[in-house]
Amino acid sequence: MSRFLLSRLLAVIPVMFGVSVVVFLLMQIAPGDVATALLGPQATEQAKQELRHTLGLDKPLPVQYGRWLARTGEGDLGVSIATQRPVASLVLPRFLNTLLLTVASLFLAILIGYPTGLFAALRAQTVFDRSTTGLTLLLGSTPPFWLGLILVLLFALRLRWLPVSGMYDMAGDGGLADLLRHLILPAVTTALGPAAIITRMVRSSVREALAKPHVRVARAKGLARRTLLRRHVILNALPPVVTITGLQLGYLLGGALLTEVVFDWPGLGSLLYDSITARDLPVVQGTTLLVGLCFVLVNIIVDMLNVVLDPRLQEG
Amino acid sequence: MDATVRVVAAPPQRPRRGWRLAAFVRDRAAVAASVLLGLVVLASIAAPWLSAHGPYEADNLLRYAPPGTPGHLLGTDQQGRDEVARLLWGGRVSLMVGIVPTLCASAIGLALGMLAGMLSGFVDQVIMRTLDVLFAFPIVLFAIAFAGAMTPGIGTEILAITVVLIPYVGRLARTATLGVMAMPFIEAARAAGGSPLAIARRYVFPNVLSPIIVYATTLMGLMIVVGSGLSFLGLGVQPPTADWGAMVADGRVVLRRAPHVTIIPGIAILAVSLAFNFIGDGLRDALDPRTGRRAG
Repeated sequence: MSRFLLSRLLAVIPVMFGVSVVVFLLMQIAPGDVATALLGPQATEQAKQELRHTLGLDKPLPVQYGRWLARTGEGDLGVSIATQRPVASLVLPRFLNTLLLTVASLFLAILIGYPTGLFAALRAQTVFDRSTTGLTLLLGSTPPFWLGLILVLLFALRLRWLPVSGMYDMAGDGGLADLLRHLILPAVTTALGPAAIITRMVRSSVREALAKPHVRVARAKGLARRTLLRRHVILNALPPVVTITGLQLGYLLGGALLTEVVFDWPGLGSLLYDSITARDLPVVQGTTLLVGLCFVLVNIIVDMLNVVLDPRLQEG
Repeated sequence: MDATVRVVAAPPQRPRRGWRLAAFVRDRAAVAASVLLGLVVLASIAAPWLSAHGPYEADNLLRYAPPGTPGHLLGTDQQGRDEVARLLWGGRVSLMVGIVPTLCASAIGLALGMLAGMLSGFVDQVIMRTLDVLFAFPIVLFAIAFAGAMTPGIGTEILAITVVLIPYVGRLARTATLGVMAMPFIEAARAAGGSPLAIARRYVFPNVLSPIIVYATTLMGLMIVVGSGLSFLGLGVQPPTADWGAMVADGRVVLRRAPHVTIIPGIAILAVSLAFNFIGDGLRDALDPRTGRRAG
């Protein structure tokens, strides 16, 4: 098994390489001139030429890519045009905040999706099952940024239970309780869509597992319901559920980017939004690269987890 | 994506069109969704005739008017612009952003997927590994980064969503093509001396098309939401052009004072996205009779 896992891990390298190429090229298609952006519109043509030469912008693209990759590998993501600070120092603290929001949302999505899906599968075609299916369809089509605003309207502006935006209160002590209060609405907003997808997946794979012959035999044998569920149904239903949960983690990471803008959550999403507005391309580049690489890593971890859960996949 | 598996096993016989239509018509949700979507499309096209106000026409004396105000059925926004007018005109942009990129990406993805599936070997590897890399980005991130790197506007928005979707359609098309290529009738066509191009056109394309149609319909629903998200961030159409996502962004500023400005366009996005999903479900059942009614 360890050899298999190692081979999967090695397969990530070309994908990561590709991701870096795409992020690099993304910035090449951006209109506007870096030298003008850095020196301002009044700069002379000669000054711009010199800066382009110092930055290596007059070299052919593959050379530029090679240099960029080497620098990035050392953790140097360039300097922000807007703030003149190293991109890495801007991105990392924001990354932790996004991670917090993403993990909280994933936790919530699982907490909602697993029991609801399981219960719906066990009570198939009842009112509960039908309303769950309807609700998941509805949530799957709801624009998350809009849902966030509706939640703000209800719980922050009308009921005044929760704060409208930010991560801490200005006047607060900055403690854990304050953070959690600010986390609730963004986390729920980000989690509901993925929770709907997870619910549907859990429901269909549990139903599929319930229909398997060995479950019928076990049932006929008079196995206790609890044991039956635990040993034969849930374990069998798990691999597709883990896959979809992992895919949702990537989706959450993307969804969190939008939610952050709605709630002014100081994460990568709002950083990306601010830097796009300010046309601060080095920061856009650094953020995109970081999130892209995280997504690749998450996918590979999910892949491996699946093999551990279902060793039959190794042969495929 | 469970459509892939089903379609691969689908029988290659020529589809009986009447039967398929009958199956779709029996699906009440799909029919209702089609009617709703048809009405929305017609209303957007007929916007200049349907609305008494223009989308940019601001009445400074009637700002923040709530729904039900005489002359403004759904109220006005913070600039006193009629919500109905903006909704109708905005529908043109929002529908276009959901539909056009999906169509473009489906065509390109279908071509790439069929190419990869039929030629296999080196071409397959190059196409699929390239798509894998695009696949490696969360869809929203890539669309945001792509649209953000270029000048904002509707063209950028459409291009960004198209690029994001190609790998998804490409993968499905390749899997479906591989399934068709393994069928005995392909071997028969080859033995009969059919050229690869003729085989692609006569046998592979018609069989691969239906899963792509089903998938594309569902994607349109999703892309209405993604596109409105890009507009919400200001990466799509620029003010004062109306677009449902941009309208939600407008409403965000006056959420406390005039919540209807946010709520109404969001419901439009939700309804249209849901409609595409129901139509997609109906098409799936109709195009692949063997699955029958949704079993799961």
